[in-house]
This record gives sequence, structure tokens and C-alpha cells, in this order.
Amino acid sequence: MTSVATKMDSLARPAQRRGLSDLGIRNLFIIPTVLFLIVFNIFPLIYSLGYSFTDFSASANAPANFVGLRNYRELLGDENIWANFVITAKYVIISVSGQMIVGFGLALLLNRTFPMKGLVTTLLLLPMMMSAAVVGLFWKLLYDPSWGIINYALGLGDFAWLSNPDAALFAIAITDIWMWAPFVMLLSLAGLSAVPKYLYEAAAIDRAGTWYTFRRITLPLVAPILLIALIFRTMEAFKTFDIAYIMSTQPTTEVIAIRLYKQAFQQWDTGKSCALAYIVLIMVLAITNIYVKYLNKVKER
Amino acid sequence: MAHVRLNGITKRFGAHTALENLDLEIEDGQFFVLLGPTGAGKTTTLRLIAGLEKPTAGSIEIGGVDVGDWGAAERDVALVLQQYSLYPRYTVRQNLEFPLKSNIRRMAQPDIDQRVARAAKTLRIEHLLERKVDRLSGGEMQRVSIGRAIVRSPRIFLMDEPLSNLDAKLRETLRSELKDLQMKLGATFLFVTHDQIEAMSMGDKVGVLNDGRLAQVGTPYEIYHHPRDTYVAGFVGSPAMNLLPADLLGDRMRVPSGAIEFAVGPALRARLGRSSGPITLGIRAENVHLDPAGSIEARVWGVENHGVEKIVTLKTGDCLFKATMPATIATAIDEPMRLSFDQSRLHAFDAATGLNLSLEGRALEAAE
Repeated sequence: MTSVATKMDSLARPAQRRGLSDLGIRNLFIIPTVLFLIVFNIFPLIYSLGYSFTDFSASANAPANFVGLRNYRELLGDENIWANFVITAKYVIISVSGQMIVGFGLALLLNRTFPMKGLVTTLLLLPMMMSAAVVGLFWKLLYDPSWGIINYALGLGDFAWLSNPDAALFAIAITDIWMWAPFVMLLSLAGLSAVPKYLYEAAAIDRAGTWYTFRRITLPLVAPILLIALIFRTMEAFKTFDIAYIMSTQPTTEVIAIRLYKQAFQQWDTGKSCALAYIVLIMVLAITNIYVKYLNKVKER
Repeated sequence: MAHVRLNGITKRFGAHTALENLDLEIEDGQFFVLLGPTGAGKTTTLRLIAGLEKPTAGSIEIGGVDVGDWGAAERDVALVLQQYSLYPRYTVRQNLEFPLKSNIRRMAQPDIDQRVARAAKTLRIEHLLERKVDRLSGGEMQRVSIGRAIVRSPRIFLMDEPLSNLDAKLRETLRSELKDLQMKLGATFLFVTHDQIEAMSMGDKVGVLNDGRLAQVGTPYEIYHHPRDTYVAGFVGSPAMNLLPADLLGDRMRVPSGAIEFAVGPALRARLGRSSGPITLGIRAENVHLDPAGSIEARVWGVENHGVEKIVTLKTGDCLFKATMPATIATAIDEPMRLSFDQSRLHAFDAATGLNLSLEGRALEAAE
């Protein structure tokens, strides 16, 4: 017994010396990431939580004074902030529902064989890969009242999409739909292709109509992945800043992220901005949690 | 219930021909089994009848009406597949209700409940009705998918190897259950399988498919005892029929590879008609007997034990053949044995075409 043990030991040792141990490799990969997260995410998160209870201003030299819950009280009592939230909600509903409908619709169209399917799919995915700043700028050109192609194509004359207080939010939402519907499409396509073909055949033989088959077979099977797309897009839409900031300066398009930016970097009201950021964070968390709960329920079924 | 007829069906997938000029007739209330190896075109035939594929040429009649332009829904057939094809996320009851709730049918809820209850009772799945289908065992799932077929009382039941994914014990049980069910319903069944035991035990009629062509259609007895050609002879029966190249010269039959030679009796001679020259001799393993006075001397080459009986592979000269023996007989490898066979059970096939000579002989006689 002892001789066997020694033999195995002597075999094991050189192997360890040759390179890093499994544990070493694991640490090599994980520690930089953890450090990065702590420095750039966790630390600011906690630090800003502290600031949200002070009247700190990053531009002033004055030391921060602890003000308790005053920032939160003021923000939640401010009608202007609530107006921003209403705009954001409107934007989220229009943009996300548009993305879901367009994205899922495109996925249904693509979920069959036709010539050049690969090329068409790739082209449809392009908007998602572009920078939001670029997208915002060229949609601004497309919407231009005097020489934009949209007014020309729709025959709207000099309708000012982005300066019209009522239309501006829709215009931005349309841009967002254009940009992010492919993301929903991609996820839906994955869900649709996972529905086994024999189920459709069985349904055809069971004399189920197209709509019935869609409602009873396709939709329930794709629902979990659609919900995941919905969660992602809602979170993102809630935090939208870039497209809206670039495309329009109308007060009707001032979503909460723009408001936050103005408060933090134009008014330099750092403490209050931190508090607002936390309010937004809690709202996003709450909405996401509702979705996740529902997702789990759908998955269970 | 309906009568099905396929007329000159050809189906090509690109360059590959799955079915070639197939004629098939299934009578009303018949349990028809389509037997053949993987890739013979069984499933294609089924899908053509179901309306999931369109034939390249030929026509399909159901109940005397050409259904070529009808979709799967209009043909009113039921299809049970090997992979169960239950609708996931639904309970057994919802699965059974599915075909009844479609808009095309518009059935009243009490009517639906009654039909589901009746189907569940027939298949003994009443206790599973409220269970989700992903919590069922394989046998239960297959029962549910059969249930989904019977709730709607379709004109034809099409079954594509429904028992292949089940374990042996369950397969046996469901086999007899299915046969009972078919008799109880009096329905037309088309059952596709590669398992000859299923074909033999369930079918009223068996069609043997070979590479897109029907090799033979007949009762299980006919298929087994009067195979039309060497393909059917070799495919049906376990172990497969021994097929040995032989020469027929006058009244002498000689198997050159095995150094077997014997005189052809008058009965066999009559069956063979006038043929002579090279033939393929066919003899089933169970018709080879141990016989101390037998004309064949062979050595044991291999033994396969099957409980009541064993299948012994024997070697004589260069030729290997199989014989079924009672399990009580001691067999040791390389042990010499003397054997004989019943001439009335011999089959002779044309060496070139593979067709059964005795059937041909009979046909010739009938013509004269």
C-alpha cells in the first residue's frame, strides 16, 4: 500500500510543477475581473449611495453636509421629475411594444426557407450593431423637415418631426424600434426554430387552423424567450439617454436619464443626482423583478 | 372508416427516389402493416397518405375519393409518430382536447368531455388526465398520443413506428393493446414498422417494402410461408431464412459450398416446375432438425440462447447456416452434428431474379 502511495505521489508532483494549477488558472481569470468590478462598479455604487444623503456638489469646493432623506423627499415631491417619469414610461411603452411586434413579426417571416435567407438576416441585424450616436445623427438627417427623405417619401411637406413637441417622442421611439427590433427578432428566431417541426405537423393533422396553431403551440413555446427579450428591452429603454439626447431638445422628450444628466453635469447638483439615480435603479429593479416572477411562472407551465 | 388506395405513387426528393410506382390497397377496417428496413420509404408512404407530402406522380384515394388536392386537415386522418409529438406544457386532458377544440370542428364542451373520458378509459389513462405531459413515462406518452388520435374518430389511423422508443416489455403490452383497440374500433389502421414481430403479430395484411417498391403484400402467414422473393425471405423471420446458392440438375440438388447433395422428391419437383440450373435454396432455421440419420454433417460454429430454444449456427464446408433447437440440447462449439430437413418446407428462388420458383411454377401451371 505504502509503495503504491509513494509512486502516485512522485507521479503527481512533476505535473504540478509544469504549469499553473487549476486553482491558479481560475484565480488568474477571476481576480482581474473582480477587481475591475469593485473599482468601477461596486465602489461608485456604494459611494454614490453615500452622496445621495448629502448636498455635495462636484464643482464646488465646499465639503458635503449630511442632509438625511431631504434629496429623496424633494425629488419625489417634484412635479417636474414626475413629468420626466411619465415621458419615460410613454417612451418605454411605445418603443418596447413596437420592438416586440416588429421583431417577432420579422422572426415569423424569417422562420422559413427562402433564397438568400442568411444575407437577409445579416442585413436585418446591422442596425443593432451600430453606435447609438451614429444612429441618432443619421435619423436626424432622415427626419429633417426641409430635405429629409422621410417627409419626401411620405409626402409630409415640411413637417418638423423633432421640433414638434407631440411628434418628437414618437420619432425617437421609431428610431429606437428600428435599431433594436433586430435584437428581439434574433431571440425570437432562436425560440421559433426550437419548436419541433412535428408539432406543427401533428397540429395540421389534428385540423388546427393557422391562428389556433399559432396561439396554442407557437406562442406558448416561444413565450419564455420573448419575455427575456422584453426584460432586456424594457431595462434598456428605461435608461435611454444617447438617442434621445442627440435627436431632440424638446422638453417632451426629456426622459429621466436626460434629466439626470442635466442635474448632475449642468447644474452640478451631485448629491441630488445620486439620489435620483438610486430612484431610477430601484424602479428598474422593481419592473425587472415583476417580469422575472412572471417569466418563472410561464416557464413552469 | 375508409378504404385507402394508392395508384402508381412515385415520390422523389431531389435526385433520390423514395417511392417508385407504388400500388397499395388497404381495405376498410383492416390492420395493414407496412414492413421494411430504415430508408425503404415507409414513413414517406405514411406522410403521403396523411397529406404532409405531395407525391411526384400517382394518385391517392381515401374512401373512393381522390384526395390529391386535399390538405392534411381535410383528409381527416390521425397520425401517431415515434416521438410522441405531444404538445408540451399542456396537461394530458388539454392534449386530448386539442383536436376537438379547433375552430374547424366547433364542438360543445360536454361533448368534448365525453369523448376525452371515453378515450381515456379505453387507453387506461384516466388517472393521468390532469398531469402535465412532461411528467409522463414513455409508455404513458405514447398512450396519450394514441388517445389524441382516437378522440376524433378519424377515417384512418396512421402509425409511424409508435412502439420503437419503448422498452421491450412495454412494447409487448402495447402491441396487443393496439390490436385490441383496432378490433374494438373497427377502424382502418396503417401501421409502419421495421420490426417483423410487430408486423406478424398485429397485421391482418403485411406489405413488405424494399427500397421504395412493394416486394410482397399478403397475410402474415403468406409472407412467412410463401415469400415471393429472397428479399422477403431474408427480411421476415428471426433468425433470417438460410439462403444457400445451389444447383438443381434433374432430380439432384447440390449445394456446392456445403457439399450437401440430395435427391429432389416428387412433391418438391412438382412445386419447382421445370426449372433447373443455379438456384438459391431457402430453408428456415426451425425446419432444420437434428437427425442421427440425416444427410448433412456440420460442426457447431456459434450458439445464441433464447430461453426456450437456441439458435445454433452450423458450418459445413464453407457454408454457414442456422438451426433452431430446443434449449435442452447440449451444444459445444466445434461439436459435430448430423442434421436433416423437411423437403416440403424448402424454398427455391431463381438465382438471377430472386423470385420464388414454386410460386412461379404455380403461376405457370395456372396459365396452362
